[in-house]
Formats: sequence, C-alpha cells, structure tokens
Amino acid sequence: MDFDGLVAQCREILEEHPWQEIQRWKEKTGGKAAGYFPVYSPLELIYGNGMLPVGLMGGGNKTEIERADSYFGSFVCSIVKSTTELALRGELQLLDGIFFHSICDAARNLCYVFKRNFSSDRFIEYIHFPQNPSSPSAVDYLISELKRIRHVLEEANGRRMSEESFKQSIHAYNENRALIQRLYKIKAESPHLLSTAEAYQLIRVGSALPPEEHSSMLRTALEEIPKRRVRPRDKIRVILEGSFCEQPPVELLEALDEAGCYIIDDDLLLGRRWFEREVPLDGDPIRALAESYIDRSRYSSVSHDWRRPRSERLVERARQAQATAVVFCIAKFCEPALLDYPLFKDALEREGIPHVMLEFEEKMWTFDKLRTEIETFAESILFD
Amino acid sequence: MDTQSTEKKVHSQYQGKIHQMQKALMARWMAELEQAAENHEPTACLLVAGSNLSMLLRCLGIHQVYPELNALQLAIRKQSLPYIQIAEERGYSTDVCSYVKADVGAFFAGNVSSLGTKLPQPTLVLSCFSGCNVYIKWFEHIAAYTGAPLYVIDVPFIRSGNDPCPEDIDYVVSQLKEVIGICEKMTGRKLDYDELRERLAYAREVERLWLEIKELTKNIPSPYDDYFDCITLMGPMVAFRGTREGVEFFQTAKKEFEERVRLKIGPLPEEKFRIVVESAPPYPYFRTFRDLFSKWGACAVGATYTTPQPPDFLHDPERPLESLAEYPIRIFTNRGLDQRYDLLRRYVTERSADALIIHSVKSCRLFSVGHGDMREYFSKNLGIPTLMLESDLEDPRYFSEAQMKNRVDAFFEVLEHKKYIAGKAQAITEA
Ligand code: SF4
Ligand code: SF4
Repeated sequence: MDFDGLVAQCREILEEHPWQEIQRWKEKTGGKAAGYFPVYSPLELIYGNGMLPVGLMGGGNKTEIERADSYFGSFVCSIVKSTTELALRGELQLLDGIFFHSICDAARNLCYVFKRNFSSDRFIEYIHFPQNPSSPSAVDYLISELKRIRHVLEEANGRRMSEESFKQSIHAYNENRALIQRLYKIKAESPHLLSTAEAYQLIRVGSALPPEEHSSMLRTALEEIPKRRVRPRDKIRVILEGSFCEQPPVELLEALDEAGCYIIDDDLLLGRRWFEREVPLDGDPIRALAESYIDRSRYSSVSHDWRRPRSERLVERARQAQATAVVFCIAKFCEPALLDYPLFKDALEREGIPHVMLEFEEKMWTFDKLRTEIETFAESILFD
Repeated sequence: MDTQSTEKKVHSQYQGKIHQMQKALMARWMAELEQAAENHEPTACLLVAGSNLSMLLRCLGIHQVYPELNALQLAIRKQSLPYIQIAEERGYSTDVCSYVKADVGAFFAGNVSSLGTKLPQPTLVLSCFSGCNVYIKWFEHIAAYTGAPLYVIDVPFIRSGNDPCPEDIDYVVSQLKEVIGICEKMTGRKLDYDELRERLAYAREVERLWLEIKELTKNIPSPYDDYFDCITLMGPMVAFRGTREGVEFFQTAKKEFEERVRLKIGPLPEEKFRIVVESAPPYPYFRTFRDLFSKWGACAVGATYTTPQPPDFLHDPERPLESLAEYPIRIFTNRGLDQRYDLLRRYVTERSADALIIHSVKSCRLFSVGHGDMREYFSKNLGIPTLMLESDLEDPRYFSEAQMKNRVDAFFEVLEHKKYIAGKAQAITEA
C-alpha cells in the first residue's frame, strides 16, 4: 500500500470504526482490553498481562455532548465530558477496565465519577505518578504503585504475568517508540515529506492496536515516505505545545499547515512516546519502568520535575528543533496547560522566540479565523 | 438574672470572646510576619492543606506565609479583582484558579497583605500538598518569581479505600527528611525532636478539641454555623495548631459552644433548616451569601470545606515524622469523590440535616468537577434535597446576586412546603 493509501486507511479506522479493531482483537485472542485516559499509562504492564491497551482520546468533533454536561461544572475541558458521553452511550462496553492518572484535578475527579457510574462490570483505577522525582525515594514509591497496578491487572485476568511476557511487552513498546521517533525525525528534517496531520493519524491509530501490529504499519509508512513527490514550501518551522491530553481536531492541524507552518515537533499523543530513551531490558522490569519514568520521561505540563523547569525544557526543545516559533495549542479549560503558559511565555520572550496562542475544543469545526490568525503570524516572521 | 439577659450575655460573649481571641491571634501572626519581612528572617511559603508542617518549621525558627490565606483575605475584603486582572495581563487565563491569580497579582503589586502589611519574601517555597494539582504549579510560579528554592512534597492520593498504603507514608516521610535537611542547612539549626514532640502533643489536643467542637453541631439548635462561623476557626487551626495558644483558643471555643448548647442558643434567632454545605464559599460576597441562608433560618451543621482535620486521625508525638506525613495524606481533598460523598452523607444523616447545598466554585476543579454527579447521587439515589449554586471563591465577576437569590429562595420555599406537609402528616399519625 502506498503512503496516501495508508494514511487514508488510518483515517477511516479512526473515524468510522475504531472499536471494530478492538472487537476483532478480543475475538481472536480471547483477551481483555483496558482503556487508558491520557497522558502516560503503563502500557508495558497492561500489554504484558495480555490485555490490549486502548487509548481514550476523547470524542472528537463527531460526538455531540448530550448527557455528560450535567455531570460536571461549566469550567471543564471537552475530553472529560466527551469521555463520559461515550461511556453513557455504552460505547466503552468493550473495555474490561479503565485507568486514570494524576494529571490534573479534572481527570482525577472524572475517575471517581466513572467509579460510581461505570464500574459494575469493569475495574476503574487511579494511578498516582510521583510529582517529586528529585526525591531518591520516588523510584521506590513508583515501584510500589506499579506493583499495585500489576496486581489489579492480574486479578482482572485471573492469572499471573510472567517476567518474560512483561519483558516482551517492554521490548514491543521500545520498538514502537523508536519507530514513532523516526517519523518525528523525518518531520524535523524534511517536514514537506510528512505533515503533522499525517503523522498524527499514523500514530493515533496505534491506540487501538497491539504494538507489534502498529509497528508493522509504521514500518510500511517509513518505507513509503521517501518515495513521496512533494516539494518543500516556504513555511516557518514551529513546535506545538499544549496538546498533550485533549487532542485538537485533525482539521486544525491541517489548517496550521495550510496557514504556513511546518510543525516539526509537537506534544500530541505524548503518552505514546513518553520515554526519551529505551526502557532497559536487563534487570527487574518493574524497576526499569519506574526508573524510566523518573529519569527518562518527556517533560509535560502534567508531570512535575523541578530538577529541570519545564520552561527551560521548552526553550531547549525549540532550539534543538531549530524552530522559529512556538505555537501554543491548548484545549479550552485545560488548567495544566493554561497555568504553564505564563512561565513558558516569559521564558520564550527572554530568549526572543516568537509565539502565538490558540485555544481549541474537540467539537470545533470551523478554522477560518484561526487560519487567518496563523497566516498573519507566519507572515510576520517570514517577512521580518 | 433572668434567662433572657443571660442569653443575651452569652450571645454577645460568643461574639466577643473567641472572636476577639481569634482576631488577636491572627493580628499577632500578621505582626510576626511583618517583623520577619523587616528583619529578613527565614520564611517558608506553605499551603493550607499541608499546614501541619508549620510545627516542623516552628521548631527550626522558620516563619510561614500562606499564599492561600492571603488570597482569601483579599477576596473577603473585596480587593481581589484588580490583582486577578494584573495576573491576567501577564498571561494567566480567565479560566484558571483565581486564588493563584489574586496571589500572583498581589505579588507583582508589591507583595502586601490585605491589611496593607508587608509580607516577607520566602527563603524557601515548600509545596506540601499535591491533592490539588494547581498547588504544585502555583508554588513553581512563586519560586520562579521570587527566585527562592522550591521543594515539592509529593503526597500520594488515597487511590481507593480509606487508608493510605504504608509505602505512601514511607515516601512522604523520606521527603520530610529531605526537607528537614534543607531547613537545617538554611538556618544552621538542628531539629530538636523533643520540641517537635511537644508541638505534636499540642496539635493532638487542638485536633481532639476541634473534633469535639464539630460534634456539637448535632445539637438542635446547632450552637454555631459549621460553615460560615467555622471558617473563622480555621485561621487559628492553621496558624496555631501546635501551640499552647492554639489549645487555649479551642478550649475556650469549646466551652462557649457547650454553654450555648446548654442554653439552646444558635447563631440565628430560630433554626428552621439544617443544611450541609459542600465546597468553598464565594469570599467576595461572603456576607451576602450568608444572608441568603440566614433569611430562611438555615444553619449549616456540616461542611466539607471546614473539615481540615481528618476525622480518623490525630497527630501522634510518638510517631513524629510518620504522623506529620499521614496528616496530608488523610485529609478529604486527598481522597476520591466517593469518600467525599461518604463524608457529606454522614454529615447529613448524623447531624439531622434537611438539605445539601453544593456551591460549585468555577475555577476550582478540585471541588467542582463532578458536582453534577454529586447532586445526582444525593438527590436521586439518597433522596436528599440538594441545591447546586455556581460562582467563584475569589473572582467577583462570577457572582450574580439576583440569580443566586432566586435559586436559594425557590429551593427553600419548596423545602418549607415539604416540611409543612410532613409536619401535618406526622400530626395526623400521632392523633
Ligand atoms: S485536557 Fe487538560 S484539564 Fe482536561 S483532562 Fe486533560 S490535562 Fe486535564
Ligand atoms: S484549584 Fe481550588 S484547591 Fe486548588 S489552589 Fe485553586 S482554589 Fe485552592
């Protein structure tokens, strides 16, 4: 299949029948599936237990919020509401368990709304990731938390996970992350060959597939990309910051591209490439996973590591990517991203890096205003 | 002396004595801080939810400032809006926690308190609670703006059930040890564990008294309003928990309230309704908000917001660090919504309340996300009349008095009618 065909296939799966893939996998293997809310979830543990990890990425712009509104206040991001809406409609029926994580107050409370309303035939678990990685005790704490989760999974599965299958799973995700990184490398080096909207769909389709199957799709994509005949255009190189949890509509990513931006790095689907380096396969896998979280994680607004402030890391990321500007693309009411913005802004201004801020909502469907705004921004830089 | 004048006297004494004591304590505290500012004495920024650490810091001669209390004071004195706007000009969104914005704004406007006194610059920014994620970011910002070193104590959330895992306590204890090391270095002073134990013993006494005072709201009428009056008791709890003055204050409070129980005096001329309240009040309209309920003779007999002390925990001088660690883990904002529901349900049933009032604070997700589900659970599943109101704890722009009043009035009209019918039915059965 050529590249465009592959992307079209991903788009179709994502838009038309995301649950069919999960159904198919469950039927084929007789295994269970566990959903995970963003951002990072220990997929390695879930899959190592023989369960299919399924990314819950919100309802997109095709899900009308009818009943979920009444569960929350008015100051809540879309993904919290749309995920509840999906559950109310019975669309999460295939999931035998769901994980939520300590990313923000909204997602945490959502976990307990789920516990009350949707836990009759599945487990609902909250994972507390350490917010003080500088403490030498954080690793031990996280090991105990991961062991607890391992126990939850084993209980649900009715059998113990072997060390071998755990390691195999870590290996599969290491490989999957490496392939995703290769896509990002292309995006950075030859952004005309791979747009962000395309890369995004190729990666996102993996939230409903076992890692090996997804990796083989990515390999095909990587083979096909160099064959594409696309000419580079005069656009500014930007990095996207702030879309680590709720995902902007694909059309928004396309609009940014059309408005004159090559997005060479972003934080979309961040949980799928959470570790900057491989999770080591020698030694105790739980410890390896915990240490990776503490020392090899990406920075994001939902994890805190004051050994290296996030604003420093944003500047560094922009420099490394040789970006001319930063586009903040933040979900409306996303407090972690909105609260990080003032410090990010100060740091970028100190460094003389131009930036612009956009707020989006899942159900957004017109992008003209936004396109014009970005065009003006891009032009002001290009013709500076 | 006839009963009426005794009543009057106790009533005015109540207004006088602990209120005066409370004012004196808080004024002393502000004066200490002002002096600390002048003399550049070591000061740490702390958060209310982990304010039990003040005991540790006192032993090391470190003053404490609470950005939250400052934000609260600014709001209650109707000074918050200009500061919120200063923060918004700096890039803070209109949709983020307004406590943070008022504090940041006040910092950039010269770091003064609501009374105009100078607040000390922190020598250490100590985030001591992570049950609210905004806390961590708030303190990161303070550290960035003041240049003071930051330490974030991560307090694992109670993920399920009632009790923390032992590993969670170990984790917090290890972090406390690191904090002690940092503070010892900062002040050149060694932590005196005997002094710490002594302070914890005072705290234990304060906490025991506090829980006993709270139980008094079971009486009809309740001797005080567990929401509006109790908020004033929280200041001394936060600032003087591990001190003799704290113990004396709560002893006096308890005595006064017991006397009121004996005389059957409540905060209102007549207690017609007993309510339980969830979440923080709209501080910029504190008085107005209170009046909306007083008018109906509604007295709060329970509230989550005024539950800073976990009902199942007291500090233990024999386990100093462990109990310092366990306190923030166990407070209700560090537990799932299911446990908050449980706490509210117990307040409603054990204290014979007629209704639950949910004040949904827009910019505080910790409280507000899920309030709709909470209303559903209480009104539908438990059949408890529940009213949900929405505004903010700091930002006056979200308070609409007329709308609020209409909703409260409509709610109590129905409640009154129901009570009337129920009373009639009872009378018929008895006849
Ligand atoms: S979009 Fe932001 S606020 Fe909403 S759940 Fe995700 S991290 Fe939390
Ligand atoms: S979000 Fe709520 S609990 Fe957290 S700092 Fe703001 S007001 Fe306080």
